Amino acid sequence: MSEYNGMELMICLASRYLQDDGTVVVGTGAPCAAAMLAQRTRAPKLMIMFEAGGVGPQLPSMPISVGDSRTYYKGLVSTSMPEIMETCQRGMADYTFLGGAQIDMYGNINSTHIGDYERPKVRFPGSGGANDLASLCWKTMMITPQDKNRFTNNINFITSPGYLTGKGAREKAGLPPGGGPYKIITNLTVMGFDEETCRMRVELVHPGVTREQIIENTGFELLWADEVFESAPPSEEELEILRSEVDPRRYIIGRK
Amino acid sequence: MSKKVVVNHEYSRVDYSVSGDQEVKYIKVGHRPLYSNPDADEAREHFHAKSRRMIDKTATVKEAVAKYVHDGDYFAAGGFGSNRIPAAVLHEIVRQKKKNLGFAGHTSTHDMQILIAGKCINRCDAAYIVGLEARGLSKVSRKGFENGEIESTEWSNATLAWRYKAAAMGLSFLPARSLLGTDTINYSAAVQMSCPFTGKKYAAVPALYPDVAAIHVHRSDIYGNCQIQGIAVSDLDLARAAKHLIITTEKIIHNDEIRQTPHSTVIPYYLVDAVIEVPYGAYPSNMAYEYFTDEDHLMEWLKAEKDEEEFKNFMDKNIYNCKDHWDYLKVNGGLERLNELKAQENLTDRR
Repeated sequence: MSEYNGMELMICLASRYLQDDGTVVVGTGAPCAAAMLAQRTRAPKLMIMFEAGGVGPQLPSMPISVGDSRTYYKGLVSTSMPEIMETCQRGMADYTFLGGAQIDMYGNINSTHIGDYERPKVRFPGSGGANDLASLCWKTMMITPQDKNRFTNNINFITSPGYLTGKGAREKAGLPPGGGPYKIITNLTVMGFDEETCRMRVELVHPGVTREQIIENTGFELLWADEVFESAPPSEEELEILRSEVDPRRYIIGRK
Repeated sequence: MSKKVVVNHEYSRVDYSVSGDQEVKYIKVGHRPLYSNPDADEAREHFHAKSRRMIDKTATVKEAVAKYVHDGDYFAAGGFGSNRIPAAVLHEIVRQKKKNLGFAGHTSTHDMQILIAGKCINRCDAAYIVGLEARGLSKVSRKGFENGEIESTEWSNATLAWRYKAAAMGLSFLPARSLLGTDTINYSAAVQMSCPFTGKKYAAVPALYPDVAAIHVHRSDIYGNCQIQGIAVSDLDLARAAKHLIITTEKIIHNDEIRQTPHSTVIPYYLVDAVIEVPYGAYPSNMAYEYFTDEDHLMEWLKAEKDEEEFKNFMDKNIYNCKDHWDYLKVNGGLERLNELKAQENLTDRR
């Protein structure tokens, strides 16, 4: 078995959740790498969309911006942001990936600020398209490092909706039924969400990671699936494609 | 019991019309200020008075900014932050020291970074601000918000795009299915309302009619008929929503060329107030099929922001001591650098 790093593992795991013939709205970085890897392995017909208007590109390399010309290189359509977001609102986007500074046990995400709104201690970019994608795509995923400060129920600001306050809360708020967080892929584990409580639940544990490590790095009480499996490490084929085709310059997989 | 299928138009048709009168109700969930008037009739009056004469609108960037961008105006930039931004206009706004502008922080990255460096804006509709995507956060932009110099109201990229769309449609609002249930809506100026036909909840977002917008395009004739290649982002709606529109274009083409390819014209002349030919006018951002982003320059900008003295010199060199966009291109490597960016865009570079 080849050696691999944490980022490579996360990208490979994320790519395995993307089904062939599905549609995914991605940003730059690890999510884009996961989608590109999926296309080159088990989901060749996965259709990638970018929120600025790129549809179905044959990505020659990692885009730097969600709107740069790579995002529609040899693409099917170069369209507009409203067109992409309206496609999501019509229910035609299966997956999306989000990031953020904080996430709580219901998968709600903060990417707006820390501190007071009018005089924030730290101002982050805000929603961007994240609130829309979390509201309108069917399955929301996240690739993120896991630590106590990031995984916390003392979330400063809910920028993008997870399951809000629990089962039925999204629908009660008026969000389209059936969507919500799907998988959270971290450097330690893969978590899904319990169907009854809508709380984060450990499903896979990475090789060499202990239960205690996961608990120590989470600021809230986690649920555990009845059967917790070990994450299958990247295959030779996945690593080869990831390193030679998806990210040859190691922009993403070279990150510490 | 099996239901009898009646193949009869009168019986098989379902009536989905509303059952009776009901007062329109809404809940004020967003508690932040609304920086522009969403009223469609006020906008109609403005657009009624706007000239529809197809006349030569060519100008200089300096003239257009002096004429159409006023202190206190609400301004919006086309493109996507580091892609097809109207850089020449943004620099000129800084050079002319425009103050207290409102700004649409719609996927804004480097565009906002320029205006904040010039201390031009004091209020912002924030969908995506202060960051440069994967490149990191702008220290100067962050400080503008963190020390309270710029006040903000939260939105998302889609709802801000739909605010342009509502205005482009000549309406005062549009319903949307995002924002609901989050702090983003609590810190917006949206309201929650029910659909009169289905009773379902919507976020109602107010139309955004900017006083003035600037968009960089690939081709325009002297009248302002514009063609764009690649993604349009939200520019088709923005062009229609803005009360005044400044166009910079890579190239001015003859009206005959427009008439040979009308299917490619996305902004008609009657929306446009000024047309300026600015080759490489989106530099240092990416111009589809022309030149790629100057990533080195953007990183240099982010780095310079970390030291106040250094950043002052950086701004002098790149904006205040430049008389126009040509000067800016010259101090950053001129044609030689632009040729490299062209090769990067066309994937013919050998790096």
